[in-house]
Amino acid sequence: MSEQVAFQHIEKTTLIGKRIKKPDAPAKAIGKTRYINDMVLPQMLYGKILHAGRAHAEIISIDTSEAEKLAGVHLVITAKDTPELRLGFVKDNAPLKDKVRCERDEVAAVAAESEAIAAAALKLIKVDYKDLPGVFTIEDSQKEGAPVIQERFPDNKSLKFEFKHGDLGQAEADSDIILDDTFNVHYVTHCCMGTSCAIADFDHNGKLTIYSQTQYPYNYKMDLAPALGIDPGDIRVIQPPTGGSFGAKLDVYPFEPVAAILAQKTGRPVKILFDREEEFINSPTRQPASMHLRTGCTKDGILTFRAADVEMDNGAYTSWGATVPVIMMRTTSGHYRVPVVDFKGQAYYTNNSYAGSFRGYGNVQMTYATAQHMDMLAEKLDMDPIEFRLKNAQKSGEVTPQKSYLRECALAECLTTAAEASDYVSKLNKYTDEREQEGRYKRGIGLASSIHNAGGAKIHKSDGCGTILKMDDYARVTVITGASEIGQGIDAVIAQIVSEELGVPVEHVNLVNNDSDLGPWDVGVHASRTTFIAGNGARRAAIKAKKQILAAASKQANVSADELDLRGGFVVQDKDGAVVTKLDKMLRQMHFQPEPDVVMVSDYYEPNSEPEGRDHISDHSAAYSHAVHIAEVVVDTLTGEVKVEKVTMAQDVGRVINRMGLEAQMEGGMAFGLGFALSEEMLFEEGRLKNPNFRDYKVPTAPEMPEIEMHFIESDCEEGPYGAKGIAELPTIVVAPAIANAVYNATGIRFFNPPMTPEKVARAIWEKKNA
Amino acid sequence: MSVKIELNFTMNGRPVNIEVPVDMTVLNLLRENLDMKGTKYACGEGECGACTIEVDGATINSCLMYAVDLEGREITTIEGMQTGNILHPMQQSFVDHGAVQCGFCMPGMIIQANYLVKKNPNLTREEMKRGLEGNVCRCTGYTKVLDAVADVVGAKG
Repeated sequence: MSEQVAFQHIEKTTLIGKRIKKPDAPAKAIGKTRYINDMVLPQMLYGKILHAGRAHAEIISIDTSEAEKLAGVHLVITAKDTPELRLGFVKDNAPLKDKVRCERDEVAAVAAESEAIAAAALKLIKVDYKDLPGVFTIEDSQKEGAPVIQERFPDNKSLKFEFKHGDLGQAEADSDIILDDTFNVHYVTHCCMGTSCAIADFDHNGKLTIYSQTQYPYNYKMDLAPALGIDPGDIRVIQPPTGGSFGAKLDVYPFEPVAAILAQKTGRPVKILFDREEEFINSPTRQPASMHLRTGCTKDGILTFRAADVEMDNGAYTSWGATVPVIMMRTTSGHYRVPVVDFKGQAYYTNNSYAGSFRGYGNVQMTYATAQHMDMLAEKLDMDPIEFRLKNAQKSGEVTPQKSYLRECALAECLTTAAEASDYVSKLNKYTDEREQEGRYKRGIGLASSIHNAGGAKIHKSDGCGTILKMDDYARVTVITGASEIGQGIDAVIAQIVSEELGVPVEHVNLVNNDSDLGPWDVGVHASRTTFIAGNGARRAAIKAKKQILAAASKQANVSADELDLRGGFVVQDKDGAVVTKLDKMLRQMHFQPEPDVVMVSDYYEPNSEPEGRDHISDHSAAYSHAVHIAEVVVDTLTGEVKVEKVTMAQDVGRVINRMGLEAQMEGGMAFGLGFALSEEMLFEEGRLKNPNFRDYKVPTAPEMPEIEMHFIESDCEEGPYGAKGIAELPTIVVAPAIANAVYNATGIRFFNPPMTPEKVARAIWEKKNA
Repeated sequence: MSVKIELNFTMNGRPVNIEVPVDMTVLNLLRENLDMKGTKYACGEGECGACTIEVDGATINSCLMYAVDLEGREITTIEGMQTGNILHPMQQSFVDHGAVQCGFCMPGMIIQANYLVKKNPNLTREEMKRGLEGNVCRCTGYTKVLDAVADVVGAKG
């Protein structure tokens, strides 16, 4: 055997760009995976929360005595038990409330021996409310003498963001065309299939172990601690498999400290799990926004300025999600060459539900406006729509007014690739000509594009990720990473990258990434950052391990380490792949010698980006990327139904890493945008959600999915792992305005207020006909 | 406390004898009393398909069926599809095609897909879409799910 090995040659191959299966898929496909929703700990109690169910009220009294008497109830708590505890981005929220500011407010909580007993106990709690006049729109929130929602913010103003660049007055004077429109973007929610859940368990030293769905386990400790009055160091976060996240779990929400308080006071593990109606009412939304956008350009089709005045409905509390203007302004100022920019963003408190982070992070809203304005300008100029966009598209090396440095910019290539692949221009002209002809069904085609951070986003002091890598005596690799897995597939990507560097099978790479006591720091799974940041970290750690092994092998084989490589489980000669020794044998020799040389390396990768800063002038991501979607629709002018038949995508992905995972993110991300564009809408009436179920809140299902054609543009990002950029949010961001532009092409009607439901579209068509 | 009834049925080829409260759903029986947690709760009102199982050869949302109605019936849950440690071809196809992301809806999706293919081995893509419209997935956009099912259909044809 060893003689055969000695004559073997192993060619250099690469896994990058190949289709890698998700390591956790088999266990999920056979129903073996235990999600947090499925977990039961010994002695565990079930927590349930009494929500106010009214939008704005004083709490006169709470009587919990009957609930406490119910057999199986261990504890009932109210705000009286948690007086000083605060949470939220500006600490305006509390685990339990002494005043009601929105429907979902937590008034009391129960820990009991079963969910049924906890639910029965909630019904026995008597609360005496005095209802107050509420504020349910941004306009009402701004009015003089409007009811005050948060006493610390008497003008009902929450976070404010501003960015100005250049002389707006001059730019207006230089413009031949100025568009001036207001876009109103609606409430939608994540609808994770696994409903919200937390399990809290204290040990006898006062240390909390919290089983959580969080997407940011390390900063989560910092945010959770003030809601419990404990030190962040006394929190251990365990992330069991979770049923989706999509941004929903990028903050601490009151049910999590409530579970922890119940656990602390009962001395037992406590689990809180939402049912679907609770999930709809009590989980975050995307920020509804009123976006007043003005865009100017010259008659030659050169953009002169963009001015955006964005007002957002903050809801009753300020979550991390209220910071989305940080990204809105990057698109306003940086998508296409915009010489003059005036961006204002202001969030207003209302008695509505409050928004959180959501895939696309403000860019879904802003691109819905900017991409329609680009379409409208092309039409007004009577210019070839691709030529118009290409005139304004940046090239590699350009810097935006906010100092986003577009090192590798493939916007032009995305535009031309998608346009050619879909025969965009000729179809656009054909459908425009057919628009006024007879016929119930009208075809339309629409293009939209956007920019997004693709190398993290440095909104914290660090945007880094730690990695620890060890190899055992059998050449199996364990990677302990700070990166979180929420279904997106970093497990496959890290195994692929480590396998690529160390020449071991993908299956021989084990990932540990669900325990904050084990894992090194990471900022979280958000901002399309994980493949870029954690991928770079894993690669750097693997390269360190490889160097260590090759150094040892070079001594043994008496050749320079540069002349060696790791392939297929062997140490080989780099030039011809001739086998030097088996990798596992090499590792044992390194280990079992008088001065043991064991492979255990670590790395902390910090991207070369700059902190966002208060003035928002910084190169806040290590890479930026563009995507173009072209949607082809059929509009039934009688029923108003919009059917998306095909979406052609072209996206700058830097370099394809796991092709299968990349495609899956494109498809799934697009589906989110499709629902936002056509069917999903939370309907509030005086702050109360009227459609908290899948019957009345319509997420896309299989029949609505269009044919998808994908084109991956590989711009080879210098900083990214193997040239890759982050990818997962752009598909959600660009599809909705592409559909809106297509619906315009089909009907001649602009929809500035999604979703484009059959009712809305049919009414607009009827009104146009009868105008 | 609700009245309990003794119940006999067959689950994944094995007999089950158990006392159940008359108001218990099949979903809760599976998850809480039989430790069969592959079948998921995601809406509890028959709108999402995450709790789909097979009962006497037809699929049903187990959240909408009372446990007592299982008397004398045969059910298959996601845990009953594999043979030993070998995945069922439908399960393997979902893995191979990258149809599993967070995976929470997949037990119901796979049970339903397998039922559709058993009923019509020559399923078209349009028929697959219709047949799976009761199964909500928030991760995949369904494309890879359809690819996975199409591959199984192709293999049969």
